[in-house]
Amino acid sequence: MKMPIYLQEPPEILITPEGVRTDGRGPHDLRPIKMTVGVLNRADGSAYVEWGGNRILAAVYGPREVHPKHLTLPDRALVRCRYNMAPFSTEERKRPGPDRRSIELSKVIREALLPAIFVDKYPGTVIDIFVEIIRSDAGTRCAGTTAASLALADAGIAMRGLVTALAVGRVGDWIVMDPNHDEDMYGDVDVPVAFLMEDKEITLLQLDGPLTEDEFNEALDLAMKGADLVYEMQKEALRRPYLVVERSVAGRES
Amino acid sequence: MGSQEEVSAASLLREYLRDLASRGERKDGRAMDEMRPIEIRSGLFTKGEGEAWLSLGDTQVLVGVKVDVGTPFPDTPNKGVLMTNTELLPIASPTFEPGPPNEDAVEMARLVDRAFRGSNAIDFEELVIKEGQLVYLVMVDMYALDHDGNLVDALELASLLALKRTNVPKVVVREDGGVTPSGDFFPLPVRETPISFSFAKIAGRLMLDPSLEEEVAADALMTMVVDSQGRVCSFQKRTGAFAPEEIKRALSIAREKWPQVAERLGLLEG
Repeated sequence: MKMPIYLQEPPEILITPEGVRTDGRGPHDLRPIKMTVGVLNRADGSAYVEWGGNRILAAVYGPREVHPKHLTLPDRALVRCRYNMAPFSTEERKRPGPDRRSIELSKVIREALLPAIFVDKYPGTVIDIFVEIIRSDAGTRCAGTTAASLALADAGIAMRGLVTALAVGRVGDWIVMDPNHDEDMYGDVDVPVAFLMEDKEITLLQLDGPLTEDEFNEALDLAMKGADLVYEMQKEALRRPYLVVERSVAGRES
Repeated sequence: MGSQEEVSAASLLREYLRDLASRGERKDGRAMDEMRPIEIRSGLFTKGEGEAWLSLGDTQVLVGVKVDVGTPFPDTPNKGVLMTNTELLPIASPTFEPGPPNEDAVEMARLVDRAFRGSNAIDFEELVIKEGQLVYLVMVDMYALDHDGNLVDALELASLLALKRTNVPKVVVREDGGVTPSGDFFPLPVRETPISFSFAKIAGRLMLDPSLEEEVAADALMTMVVDSQGRVCSFQKRTGAFAPEEIKRALSIAREKWPQVAERLGLLEG
């Protein structure tokens, strides 16, 4: 009954011999990123991230009572995660509700964040993490993980450190940072990575497509470089509300 | 049910709000017929053909409108199709759970649907591409982001704004019967400005735009949609019971408030 009216045409060339990409970036540049915490009133912690064309809201509820009760873990917190795409987040309307992809992404995001959370501090409770993709433009799981980590910190959950995620990829012979929509659709390899930044451990790594050992190593090194930049933005986003308070307090004194 | 503490806290709150209401006061200091401030967030948030991120006090909603092409319903071959869907996201409230829309979500979606049908706001005949075969499908997806009461009005206002902002991609019909986007757009023909007003009744007093606490403490709730000519376009008694005089009084308040809200949304013409 429905007929999509959005035609996608692959670009003629994904990257020029000089390394210029379809959005004008160089191979090792990130897309523009903006992060804000505390955007929602009801949630215990929240974050809003704009990453290229992605728009993502993450919210955390907890630690709170577990429902249904039988899921309660006596010695640590239960951590649940739901990654969900809005019907209006894609060119063609996405049918609401979970599909196989979003179920898998919910799992890998939870497992990317779990090593960072001191779950044994909150026995018998649940920490619920919600990642809502309101506009998707390649790399939603990584931007979502980055946002969720901010929401956890905003909720005051005890953590070893922030989790920072981004994708790298291969387009022809180039290893590129933060693949865009064209590269995600028509590029060769996509490698989402998340790091627990405190000790630079990898908590998410997926890959589809062939990479040589050299390319693989180059991709991981590039991801680490990108993560350092994103990590600084996360810390700045967490600090910002306090700076506003500081300025207003200072303003009153003078 | 919640714990003993929660139950007694709720009944204390109810007592307090009743006490205030009987003196003509509200907990947040608003007048009985005063809405919370409406803010419209600017930016690009979705891939919809129209969208609006709106807050009503601490309640926040995001509405995206997607347009597709499909077949009309057999009984209305010369009309486009409007579909509404509400998602009460678990991010919006500790009491919302993931899953398919529950009865509250469905009621809200249908209320908004009736607001636009009852006011004949959308010129559906202009959404026909090939009579009986191809029409535009307009899909309104309403997202509750933050629930501090009166989601219905917030969702309806945001939907109205999103629909008014919607640009429909024009298509050309190919020989094989399929369609190709032409690259041109036309504004969705929205001819009316139906605005939703919800009232709670606490201790016999009517209050416009109830907060979450007021909704919880309310003896009765109702929602009505009024158009630019002051006509009632849809009505829903939700919980409890109202005297006919109370409903009439609420309608006159809604009619009086209509220009104020329309202006706030930037939809007051002339």
